Amino acid sequence: MIREEILLDFTSRFHADILDLEDKSNTRVYVEITPESLVRIGTYLFRNIGARFNIATATDLPPKIEILYHFLVEDINLLISLRVFLDGEKPEIESLAKEIEAFNWIEREMSELLGITFIGHPDPRRLLLADNWPEGVCPLRQDYEEWDETVDRTRGV
Amino acid sequence: MGKTIIPIGPYHPLQEEPEFFTLTVEGETVVDIDVRIGYNHRGIEKLSEMKTFENSTFVVERICGICSTSHPYAYTRAVEDIFPMEVSMRSKYIRTIIAEGERIHSHLLWLGLAGHFLGYNTVYMWAWKLREEILDVMEILSGNRNNYAMFKPGGVRRDINAEDIPICIKKIDSILPTLNMLKKAVLDDPVLHARLKGVGVLSYQDAIDFSALGPTSRASGVARDVRKDSPYGAYQEMEWDMIVTKNGDVFDKAVVRILEMFETAKIMKYCLNNLPDGEIDAKIKDIPPGEGIGHIEAPRGETFHYVKSDGTNRPMRHKVRAPTFMNFPTYKATVKGQTISDATIILAAIDPCYCCTERIAVKDVKGRMLYDGQDLIRLSREKTEKMKQRMGVR
Repeated sequence: MIREEILLDFTSRFHADILDLEDKSNTRVYVEITPESLVRIGTYLFRNIGARFNIATATDLPPKIEILYHFLVEDINLLISLRVFLDGEKPEIESLAKEIEAFNWIEREMSELLGITFIGHPDPRRLLLADNWPEGVCPLRQDYEEWDETVDRTRGV
Repeated sequence: MGKTIIPIGPYHPLQEEPEFFTLTVEGETVVDIDVRIGYNHRGIEKLSEMKTFENSTFVVERICGICSTSHPYAYTRAVEDIFPMEVSMRSKYIRTIIAEGERIHSHLLWLGLAGHFLGYNTVYMWAWKLREEILDVMEILSGNRNNYAMFKPGGVRRDINAEDIPICIKKIDSILPTLNMLKKAVLDDPVLHARLKGVGVLSYQDAIDFSALGPTSRASGVARDVRKDSPYGAYQEMEWDMIVTKNGDVFDKAVVRILEMFETAKIMKYCLNNLPDGEIDAKIKDIPPGEGIGHIEAPRGETFHYVKSDGTNRPMRHKVRAPTFMNFPTYKATVKGQTISDATIILAAIDPCYCCTERIAVKDVKGRMLYDGQDLIRLSREKTEKMKQRMGVR
């Protein structure tokens, strides 16, 4: 399939769930979808279209949290990024790791760095932060404050 | 039979990603494996938000000492993707030369250490001796044996002098016969065939499910290489082959890396011979608001960077994904059912970092030390020796 066919097939199949589609360049497409449809669309991209899961990137944009799931369709060199917005107060989304093993680690990482809850994650343990790091302190949130009084970090340039 | 838990790790300051493995074994067979990482989580993503776009290049260069070019390469491509813009042809060629030089020395480092763990110290000596030659080439080109500091958003920082090119080509040519000999020594050795074939197999479907990258996926028959899939740099300019094998065992992972070095030497020589003229720096002034994605093929697989800009001189969000992050979890599929003496080489076959294996300790239920890292390397070597005796090879 060529690029246009895949995009057309994709948009017609999920037209009710797609909120916005930004065709940035030849190789990059950003698709904003509803959080409820993420598992359906993500699994479809991975299993049916055969896209490779690159990684997910979460950003804190108060009052919301944005997650981008990047999929690369290798045959046609097209990077499809699914964008979902979550509520910043209580960020929750269905886990994709139940379906596909590749999502396991990155969801664990996002849940501790940004405090996002992945519902149904098979192994929601801590991945990166130290064992003595307090629960509920998320270093990549905009309102993050140094919790350890003994640490003196010089900020900015 | 009672189960024994073997903790491996966690810490070594030389590793890019320290890890802590818990192997559950029954007798000699590994029945379960669990991984805990993050012992040296340095918060580079957070740190990068406090640096300017220019300074972040140096920060990400220091994520890894072995593949120190892959991160700046992916990062600069991510920043350039915000516009989006293309850099000049000359800087593309220079970037390709540096990235490929790094691939050779990284694969040689892996090969040497793999030989060391199997009790083939000659392979180790030869591979590391060859690696010195490549490091010399990199020193001529960039001024550094490692951490080349060649990259900046919009181009490269240093030009390549025309008089250095013949010296570098001569040096690359001079290692090819030795590399060939090394290839034959490894690939035609009956003991290595017996020792590594069928060990730690990653199936095709597992490679897809885990989204494995680089040589790890290519050894399992998944033709996946960012240089071919999403061409960048100068890789489209010349003919070269992607090395793909089918079996997914440790032997095939070695084959992929060894054969890849010849392709890499070919690419490097082509780029040095055909270096186009032109500017090397587009002199970017301001980065507009927006987001960019950069991904390149590092020696271990795809390195992925995502940069979000809000129009100031600092990235608002900078996500770094090293290839090992995706390759690591494949241990769950490869180590189970294998013996302890094979565990070291299987864990090493993905090329994460070897330092961890020196920190392996085997304890019984009461916590008494049975084996440490040295013992496990000894077990691995003894198995090779036994095989040699059985096969009558000396």
